[in-house]
Amino acid sequence: MAIVKVEKIVKTFGSVIALDGVSLEFEAGMIYGLLGPNGAGKTTLIRVLTTLLRPDSGRAWVAGVDVTADPTTARTKLGLAGQFAAVDDYQTGRENVEMVGRLYNLSRKEAKSRAAEVLERIDLEDAADRPVRTYSGGMRRRLDLAASMVGRPTVLFLDEPTTGVDPRSRMDIWSLIQDLVEAGTTILLTTQYLDEADQLAARVAVIDHGRLIKEGTPAELKETLGGAVVEVTVAEHNRERTIEALRRVAGEEPTFEAGSRKISIPAKDATLTLMEAVRALDAVDVHPGDLALRKPTLDDVFLSLTGHAAENKAVPNTPPGRGGSRRARSNQ
Amino acid sequence: MTATTETRARMSFAHAAKDTAVITRRNLLRNIRLPQVLLFSTVQPVMFLLLFNYVFGGAIGQAIPPVAGGKYINWLVPGLLIQVAAFGAGQTAIGLTEDLDKGVIDRFRSLPMARSAVLAGRTFSDLIRNGFVITLMLTVGFLIGFRYQTSFIGMIGGMLVAMVFAYALSWVMATIGLLVKNPEAAQSAVFLPVFPLVFASSVFVPTQTMPDWLRTFADNQPITVTTNALRGLILGEGALLPGQTVAGQVALALAWALGILVIFAPLAVRVYRRAVG
Repeated sequence: MAIVKVEKIVKTFGSVIALDGVSLEFEAGMIYGLLGPNGAGKTTLIRVLTTLLRPDSGRAWVAGVDVTADPTTARTKLGLAGQFAAVDDYQTGRENVEMVGRLYNLSRKEAKSRAAEVLERIDLEDAADRPVRTYSGGMRRRLDLAASMVGRPTVLFLDEPTTGVDPRSRMDIWSLIQDLVEAGTTILLTTQYLDEADQLAARVAVIDHGRLIKEGTPAELKETLGGAVVEVTVAEHNRERTIEALRRVAGEEPTFEAGSRKISIPAKDATLTLMEAVRALDAVDVHPGDLALRKPTLDDVFLSLTGHAAENKAVPNTPPGRGGSRRARSNQ
Repeated sequence: MTATTETRARMSFAHAAKDTAVITRRNLLRNIRLPQVLLFSTVQPVMFLLLFNYVFGGAIGQAIPPVAGGKYINWLVPGLLIQVAAFGAGQTAIGLTEDLDKGVIDRFRSLPMARSAVLAGRTFSDLIRNGFVITLMLTVGFLIGFRYQTSFIGMIGGMLVAMVFAYALSWVMATIGLLVKNPEAAQSAVFLPVFPLVFASSVFVPTQTMPDWLRTFADNQPITVTTNALRGLILGEGALLPGQTVAGQVALALAWALGILVIFAPLAVRVYRRAVG
């Protein structure tokens, strides 16, 4: 039986369609990744599933409980760590977690012992009795995670758990999330980082403009690209010629990523395609700065599914749906 | 059937009371542990008390009714209790908007806690803080010469009326805060209604010297009504306008508080639902 089930959820804000009939479901005991750029509808879906928002239509179940029909029971089954660490600066880490425990209806004693347990789990026991205002950004996120776990939720919802934390803390949070799943928690996490979904999630749903555009294991998603990719970097004045040569090799339009200046084509025959590409470039007298055969990443999947890249990591404030790069087709 | 319904009702009341207590405690901790909050809510009212007494006291002293015993401080303290209650209620808006802004309210709403506890806990903690500030004001007042002219009971009665009024105002401020949603905007939005109401009232000076149109407004608005009730309780009937009685003023002040509560508590709950949904 599915632990989370979403059926044709629609949610609009005025004239903006945040969720446009999303359906998905997944089994207990896994990390399910919700992948998409800013404004894709990820947070809206989390808010619906955690009873913060009523959908216009459609239904959703968490641990068998209908979240719109019986939100009170649903809340006993779920934990939420939002996009910003919702912890109080003026309380200590321990007080924050104990407070949430009390609000999960644990007795004082239970809340105390359970808080100690999760604080140890997230490796914050040394800092537990310091006020949170002395914490680093990564520590706050971990504390927020601890608070969401204190009520032993069946399903944990993590909205962009590593956005805005330093790389070191990011690794800590990743390993914490993996530990949690091994201990039997089911996790739904949203991310705009493709490597994060690739690393953590057993299954991934790609959403864009409020619609689910692809669902499967990261491997399945990559397979839709047909295996490897040939990737070429050339000087600006050679770009047109390179794209033309590679188009002949691939029999389709190459992908040009403006940010990294990489031109790529699917390598249907792996090394054979690579060699063909080399010959084609040599024939037009282009000597690439870099030339590689690489396995596809979720970036490629996203690009080919949506026609635009996922959020450009170097420019975090790019407006929704307008990634930093475009397919070559739209650039010409 | 009835028995189980009753048990469930009692359980859900106990549940709501527990959650409200947890939230109240959390909000009070903020007052105690953040130095700037503590400073703002204590030093500022005391400063008002000292400034008004020593700067304006001499000049205004001539104009106040004899019931104050010739001391402006006796006239001023009951008024200032209402002034701090009104300014203090603004903290309800600021606290709520900060919680909204930081995602704390989202966290609370995702928990299996009583829905009512967020607003109840907020207004209760502000009530307790107001009670503390009122006590502090009276203490400082006593140190610089304030004396009640009726009885100790009268003074305690005055404190209670001030707190009931502050509690009612908290719900007005909660509504304003939830409408503007953002902490910075809330800072100025709450002073907008409070400033004219506090100054166009009997808080600092008797209303007799105001122009007629302003005096009509001042005499009939809730801050003056409540201030007069406090003066009646603390100084005696001589502090009131001819024809007014202490009991009558207290009843009128409580009626205002009740009226404000009846309108603004449900309104705040509705705006809250909209703000978070």
